[in-house]
Amino acid sequence: MSPQEMEIAEDTQETMEEMYVNMGPQHPSTHGVLRLLLKLDGEVVTEVIPYIGYLHRCHEKIGENRIFTQIIPYTDRLDYLASMYNNFGYVLTVERLIGIVVPERAEYMRVILGELQRIASHLIWLGTLGLDLGNFTIFMYAFREREKILDLFESVSGQRLNYAFYRIGGMPLDFPDSFLADCKAFLEWFKPRLPEYDALMSDNIIFQKRVQGLGKLDAKTAIDYAISGPMLRASGIKWDLRRNDPYSIYDRFEFDIPVGTSGDVWDRYMVRRIEMDESVKIVEQALQGLPPGEIIGKLPKKLKPPVGDIYTRVESPRGELGFYLVSDGSEKPYRYKVRSPAFVNLSVLPVIGRGCLVADIVAILGSIDIVLGEVDR
Amino acid sequence: MATVSSETLMEQFYNAFETWGLPLFVPQLIVMVVVATAVLIFVAVSVMFMVWWERKISAHIQVRFGPMRVGGWHGWAQSIADGIKLLIKEDIVPEGADRLVFALAPMVVFAAGFAAYVIIPFGPGLIVSDLNIGVLFYISISSLTVVGIIMAGWSSNNKYSVLGAIRSAAQAVSYEVPLVVSILGVIMTVGSLSMTRIVEAQQGVWFVIPQLLGFLIYMIAAIAECNRLPFDIPEAESELVAGFHVEYSGMRFAIFFLAEYANMFTVSAIAAALFLGGWHGPLLPGWLWFLLKTYFLIFVMMWLRWTLARLRVDQLMNLGWKVLLPLAFLNMGITGLILVLRG
Repeated sequence: MSPQEMEIAEDTQETMEEMYVNMGPQHPSTHGVLRLLLKLDGEVVTEVIPYIGYLHRCHEKIGENRIFTQIIPYTDRLDYLASMYNNFGYVLTVERLIGIVVPERAEYMRVILGELQRIASHLIWLGTLGLDLGNFTIFMYAFREREKILDLFESVSGQRLNYAFYRIGGMPLDFPDSFLADCKAFLEWFKPRLPEYDALMSDNIIFQKRVQGLGKLDAKTAIDYAISGPMLRASGIKWDLRRNDPYSIYDRFEFDIPVGTSGDVWDRYMVRRIEMDESVKIVEQALQGLPPGEIIGKLPKKLKPPVGDIYTRVESPRGELGFYLVSDGSEKPYRYKVRSPAFVNLSVLPVIGRGCLVADIVAILGSIDIVLGEVDR
Repeated sequence: MATVSSETLMEQFYNAFETWGLPLFVPQLIVMVVVATAVLIFVAVSVMFMVWWERKISAHIQVRFGPMRVGGWHGWAQSIADGIKLLIKEDIVPEGADRLVFALAPMVVFAAGFAAYVIIPFGPGLIVSDLNIGVLFYISISSLTVVGIIMAGWSSNNKYSVLGAIRSAAQAVSYEVPLVVSILGVIMTVGSLSMTRIVEAQQGVWFVIPQLLGFLIYMIAAIAECNRLPFDIPEAESELVAGFHVEYSGMRFAIFFLAEYANMFTVSAIAAALFLGGWHGPLLPGWLWFLLKTYFLIFVMMWLRWTLARLRVDQLMNLGWKVLLPLAFLNMGITGLILVLRG
């Protein structure tokens, strides 16, 4: 028992009616190595305390000892289910710090890969939410589709999980010749799959009854806790950085931002479910408009940003992914900070998890969609 | 009829022992051991088949192949390999466990499931013992399983196990009642608790037609009895990891597993006998019809499991007490009314 827990145990006398249960760090539904200390009154959770840090690896401190380009592979390990997007956010930050113009074609490539990554990430979330609720089949379906996206990524970058593919100033390699056809074929194949998920999940009365009205997060609490991403949108706030603080070339695409009303698990489910549709739309438009040309901009031999600092945020599949860099004029950042959406979103769990049943904690946690690589950094 | 010939055979068998001057319990014991062994072998083989079958069904539902390697043809020997693996695994008893109860629990669970096979009418005369209280025997023996589950949960000295066991007890109590009441319609129509008599009464019309509501209630309650999805709350993998048997490994775990599948067979077989006409059917021999109907119901249970999500504890209780039980009583009342009106 850590000193913190001792305190808790002393503060609240463990009675016969209430007991503490440790959920994790080895537990099938904590999505990695999260540990939840649950205080149970029978089946009702009266208190939930998340303990993090089991995957801490000094990400930011390591960054301060590496030159700017060397940090790119480290960002892969943040949110390892959306590596492309982490790369995206980081290279964008450095580019803005130095003031590099990225070629048009590279921007389109970034958006195509980024949105495919968003679909892949949401698919994992969908599958694992299904697992948490006891629906095993959706998990296999979601992974089948994700495999196809990973195949596309492999054909582009040679990697399937940690791509390290974006470069400061552009992209290292152009799409292979077959990519455009493959990607279009995938989208045509993927679109009819989405109604299949509805048949298994959205239209299933057991699923509806399980998640509707569960884990409600009102808009005010969401803002107070700095929630971002699909969770914030589920609470009824139309806030998407791709639209509200456009970066790259997102202002050129037509897409809707799904918004929920009550902020329960059902709304979070629907928001992410519709976001997959929207990402498909963006990829289609980007494939249409993909211009020929250079894929990497003009860069100095040595990357030495001017003295100063910058904070850049992108809309990762999980929310506002921010990178803060302080440069002292040398090759390495003076300070490198990551604002990870999963960490911030997880902080609201004790609020929305109080008073529900053990089974619901699992569903709520699933709907927050955390990745421990990003929570712990 | 097969019943007659088998009975005369038994009489001859007993008479032979009498002429040798041996007490009656010797042939009785021999018969008991032989029959029990035969049933045990049937249970083991059928469970192995069901495990392989479920893996295949789930795989095909999930666009996979399932086991394909062991044994050559579609991995038919996978269950045997798994069984051997479980047999030779280390037997781990957690520290602080109540060793005696811990060891007894799987046996209690399995014995309860196994005993129910006594009254399953596989065919005309193919029944271990045609008790005149057959259905009652099944109902009482099947509720013993929960004792074993509570023993397992309590003795493991693990909070997750206890939670699973308590959930299981609550679930068993809630679903036993609609299960029993749903069967009552059939019993009232036949006027007997004997399984053979009930099947024989379905010569013309299977009871699933007049007792459709009863059949549906029975199947829902039976799935809950077996702790299978969407009612697998006692072992909810993603919440309680494995529920009451989280601390069990090796052969002890295998026995729980065996009992779960054996139970699945029992409830399906009882449903086939009570509602689907048992061994009645054209062309094919009676036992084959019976097994076909049983395995069809098992298939439905597996199909549901790999399609649906899990209910929550309170939803489960609400469904049991507020929906299934009133409907079961309604079914019983209507049946009684019709019987009275018919005179």
